[in-house]
Formats: sequence, structure tokens, C-alpha cells
Amino acid sequence: MDLLTGIFITPFAEMIGLPDLFFQALWDGFVSGTLYGLIALGFVLIFKASGVFNFAQPILVVLAALALISFYKMGVPAWISVVLVLIMFYGLAWLIERLILRKLVNTDGNILFMSTVALSFIIIGAAQWIFGGRPSSMIHKELGIPTGSFEWPMFGGGVYFDLLDISAAVVAVILIVCLGLFFSRTKIGRGLRAVADDHQAALSVGISLNQIWVIVWFVAGVVALVTGIFWGARSDVSFALQIIGFKALPVLIIGGFTSVPGAIVGGLMIGIGEKIFEIYWGPLLGSGVEGWFAYFIALGFLLFKPQGLFGDKIIERV
Amino acid sequence: MYFRETGQFKSKYKEELAAFPIFEDKIGIAIAALLAFVLIPIFGLPGLSWDFTMSAVMIPVVIFTITTLGLNILLGFAGQISLGTAAFMGVGAYSCYKIMTIFPDLNALICVVLSGVVTAFVGTIFGLPSLRIKGFYLMVATLAAQFFLEWAFIRIPWLYNYNISGAIEVPYKEMFGIVLTGAKSEPLTRYFVCLGFLVVLTWLASNVIRGRIGRSWMMIRDMDIAAELIGVRPLTAKLSAFAFSSFYIGISGALMVFFWLGAAEVESFDINHSFTYLFMVIIGGLGSITGCYFGAILVWVIPVILKEYGKSVFGIDAFVMENFTTILLGVVMVVILIVEPHGLARIWQIAKQKLRLWPFPY
Repeated sequence: MDLLTGIFITPFAEMIGLPDLFFQALWDGFVSGTLYGLIALGFVLIFKASGVFNFAQPILVVLAALALISFYKMGVPAWISVVLVLIMFYGLAWLIERLILRKLVNTDGNILFMSTVALSFIIIGAAQWIFGGRPSSMIHKELGIPTGSFEWPMFGGGVYFDLLDISAAVVAVILIVCLGLFFSRTKIGRGLRAVADDHQAALSVGISLNQIWVIVWFVAGVVALVTGIFWGARSDVSFALQIIGFKALPVLIIGGFTSVPGAIVGGLMIGIGEKIFEIYWGPLLGSGVEGWFAYFIALGFLLFKPQGLFGDKIIERV
Repeated sequence: MYFRETGQFKSKYKEELAAFPIFEDKIGIAIAALLAFVLIPIFGLPGLSWDFTMSAVMIPVVIFTITTLGLNILLGFAGQISLGTAAFMGVGAYSCYKIMTIFPDLNALICVVLSGVVTAFVGTIFGLPSLRIKGFYLMVATLAAQFFLEWAFIRIPWLYNYNISGAIEVPYKEMFGIVLTGAKSEPLTRYFVCLGFLVVLTWLASNVIRGRIGRSWMMIRDMDIAAELIGVRPLTAKLSAFAFSSFYIGISGALMVFFWLGAAEVESFDINHSFTYLFMVIIGGLGSITGCYFGAILVWVIPVILKEYGKSVFGIDAFVMENFTTILLGVVMVVILIVEPHGLARIWQIAKQKLRLWPFPY
């Protein structure tokens, strides 16, 4: 009976009794949701544009953040280091295309996926070698991203808003709008979608696969950099960020593997859902449920909508 | 030149169906068995100390081969991808620990087998989503298993008997007067126990795969809708694959803690280990039992030996060697995917074919 009230009555009573806390939780969840959505966006971009399920995306986030910090520490001004990181990512995209993807054209999706897992091992090893394994703090202040927070009185209490979080949300929205336009309105964007459908067919109508892949990986690198800056600002930059990156996978399942808005909606659902669950139901199970709750939301979704909210319908033929 | 079946006539169907129909294969297996059972336990590997050979190379390789067998059954034969391998090994280890504390008089080997059974049960539960989803979606579902189980190993103190350290420690066990587990056990005993398990499990796997269940797994892997139309029940085929594979993985997890590490925490079962096991399967070759051996040996032994030589011969920092081997693993994996996506097992097959024709390739 205690358990039942613990599950069905107490949490809701707390929500109504202390609405300011509830809104705080909602806002926190919203912010981490946008950040999950950003990581998921990197996955979606590459999947949509080349049919590769890119497992290296989380480690690209770590790499971007670490590279940015170490450029800055070498004495390069903050914004110039951002440019340097972008150039580095362009080189990396070119290398990946040249050395790995070009040799794997027209192979099975599973093999492409495995190659990105291998790639993430290479990047982990190299990044640890070059940058060291110790966590370091992000240079968001130097980049001119506002910090500090303000309190907004509400329901007798107050909700804290971090300026950093607000700017993260704004940047995420801008990024998504830009990418949406890029995919649907430009010639390159249409080329990207053609490649995702069928490598050979795209080649036969004259789309340069190699060029497209470099562009896609570069764009994913840009998304990784933005994600890296904001995640890094919220917590320190370390290889543990990679585990957070895996949270993007349930987001993908909810939103669908091929949908840009889906990545964001899914991210918000996961972010808010797990925050609320952690605060109100977490104590029943012992804390730390944030680690797996997202995956269970995703599992629940899979049972009813296997292709996600916005995903393309899966058609199978024998 | 020497490797060919010319002149080896079979007069019974049973001989055709033998596991190693060619005489040269039998010699090869005999040599491998001689190495594993006699030569390496007596002399060790060249250039490494005997203790190091046993405790850091041979015992883990044997255990990881069992893990790889289990994962390969699921991924290579039944086509269901799983990233929760390390967590299922954890289930094996923790359940073995619980069984040992609840029934202190039970034989250690029986405990290990029982922990495999428990893991098979847990694996079947987490395999349920596979009935509705597949591919990358299923992969995320198995990630749920990975993270949930990792959480359970920390947050459910009953699993580690309310130890303050949060780790499971191996009790002292003996059989026929020989110490099997615990701090006093000899590496040689533990090695032979693991090897015994490996031999029995390999034999079991190769027979199950050649049988009706194994064939239904392969049909599901190749195209599940078509298999369903032919009359394979996806429910039994997929769940039995999960159960069978988890049984292997659970046994290897129990062996890993009780016959190799001696004590374990959650870190031994985290997601990076799952990837390592996945690499073993892929590098070795999907859908091949020989491949499991190759994969486990390559992925485990080469980094260990490189690290050891790097430290003792060249005096390179351990941190650098660690990163170097991580990169090397990734590079080997990429090269194998590009050159031969079916892994070392296929390369071995091609080599055998070439040997048959040598020296007249046409």
C-alpha cells in the first residue's frame, strides 16, 4: 500500500504542493533535452545523408571540445580557435572519407556502423594521447556566451534560469532551422538525401558521393562542436561525455532515425521525462535512475511506434 | 601441398558428418590442443614470464573465447545485435556469487553452470523486444539492458551481500582436495577449469548450430519474414538464441570473476567491455566458431603482449601504450572490414583453399 501511494499519489501531491520546484525540474529537463537533441541531431544528419549509423558522434563531441580548449590554451584567441577546430574537422572529414568510407561504398549498413565504432576507438586513443585523460573546463566565457542566472518569481517560490542554458536553447533552435533549410532547400541537401536512399542510384545520376560524404561529416562535426561547447560548459569536458552521448540513441528511437524535428522533440521528451522521473519517482528505486530511464522510455515507444514519431515508415518485402 | 583431401575416402555417412572430415584438420586440431593443454602450461609463451602468461594471457583468452562464442551465436548465427554483453557477464558473475553464498556446500563448477542458467533467463527477458524490432533499434534496446543492469549492480546491495566495498569477492572452494577458487588457488588449476568449460561449450555450440535450432537461427538471420513463411517460429527461434547466447556469456562472466579476477566491481562490466567483445566477434568472423578463437586471441593477446613488450623492452610509458593499442585495435578493425568483412575466419578459409591448390593455382 505504501508502495502504491508512493507511485500514484505522493509524487503528484508534491508536484501540486510545490509548483515552483516542479517548474524548475521542467526547465532543467528542457535544457538537457535540447542538448540531447543536439547530439541526436548529429546522428540524424549522417544517417539521413549517407545511411551510416554514426557511432562516433559522441566521441566527436568530446574531440571538438578538447581540441577547442587546447587551442585556446596554446594562446590562440577563443574565436580563432573555433575556426581552427572547424578546419581540423574538415580535414578529419576528408580523411575519414578518403581512408574509410570510400572503400566501403555500397556495403551493408551494419558494416558501415561497425566501421564507425572502430573509428571511435581510433579517435579515443588519439585524443587521449594528444590531450591527456584529465577533465578540463570549457572556455565558454571567453567565447562571449553569457553566464550567470536570474530568478523568476513564480507561485510563491522562484525558478532559476541559467543564461547559459537559455543561450544553449536559442543556439539549438537556430541550428535546427538552418539545417532544416539546408536539407530541404539547397541542391546539396537534395543530393544528401539521394545518397541516403541508394548509393549506386545517386552515383548514376551524377552526384559525387565522395564530396557529399565530406560535407556531411563536416556538418556533423559542426554540430559536435556546438554540442561540445554547451555540454562542456555545463559540466567539465572529459571522456565521460561520451556516455552522455549514448543518451542520444533513445532520442533517435523516439524521434525516428531520419527526422530533424524528431531529434529535438525526442530530446525534449527524454530530457523532461527523465528529470521528472528522477526527482519524483527516483527515491523509490534508489537514486541514479537517470542512467537507464531514457532507454526504457524508448523501449515503451518501440512497442507502439517502431519507426518513431516522425520517422519514415519501414516497409519490408520478402 | 600437403593440405588436401585427395585419397581420403569416406565409406560411411557418419564420417562425412564428422566435425573434422579431413585428416590434416585433425592434425591441426591435435597440435592446437597439445599447445593449449601441455606445451603452454609447461613452458609458457616465449619472452614472457610463466605467471604472466597464465594469469594475463591464457586464462582471459580462454574466458573471452567463451564470451565471443556466446555473442557470435546471437549476432553471427541469429543476426540479433546486442551491446549488453558485458552486463550479461555481470549477471553471470553476480548470480554465481549469490548462488555460492546461498548454497555454500555446492560444488563451484555447478554454481558456474547454474549462473549460466540464471543469465539465460535474464537474457531471454531482455531479448523480448527483439520480437518486434530489429537492427539498430534492437541495439538501443540492448543498451537499455546494459545501463539498467549496471545500475542494478550498484544500487541493489543484496546482490553483493551488503559489502561496504560494493565488490564481490570470491570465496574459497575446493573439489577432490584441489583448491579451485579463492586467493590460494593455483593458476594452473584455474586455467584447466576454464579450458575444460571452453572445450565442452565449443562442442555443444558446434552441434547445436548444425542441428534444427541452429538452422532456424540462421534462417531468421538471413530474412526473418521469409523464415516465418517457411514455418520457423520467430518467438522460439529468437528467444532461444538469446537464451543460449546468454548462457554462454553468463558462464564466461562467472569464470571471469571466479577463476581470473578474484574480485570484481561494476567497472568490469561497463559498456566499453561490450564493445571489446563485439570487436572480437567481428574481427574473428561473424557466424564462425573458429573465428571466435581467432577474434579473442587477436583482440586480447596482441594488446597485452604489446603493452608488456613496450614496458619491458622499449621502456615506453604505460599510458602511451594503452592509447596506442586502442588506436591499433580500431585500425585493425577498419582494415578487416575493408579487406574481408567476414573476418579472420574467412581469411583462414581462403588460405586453406589456396593451400589445397598450391603450387598449381589453376
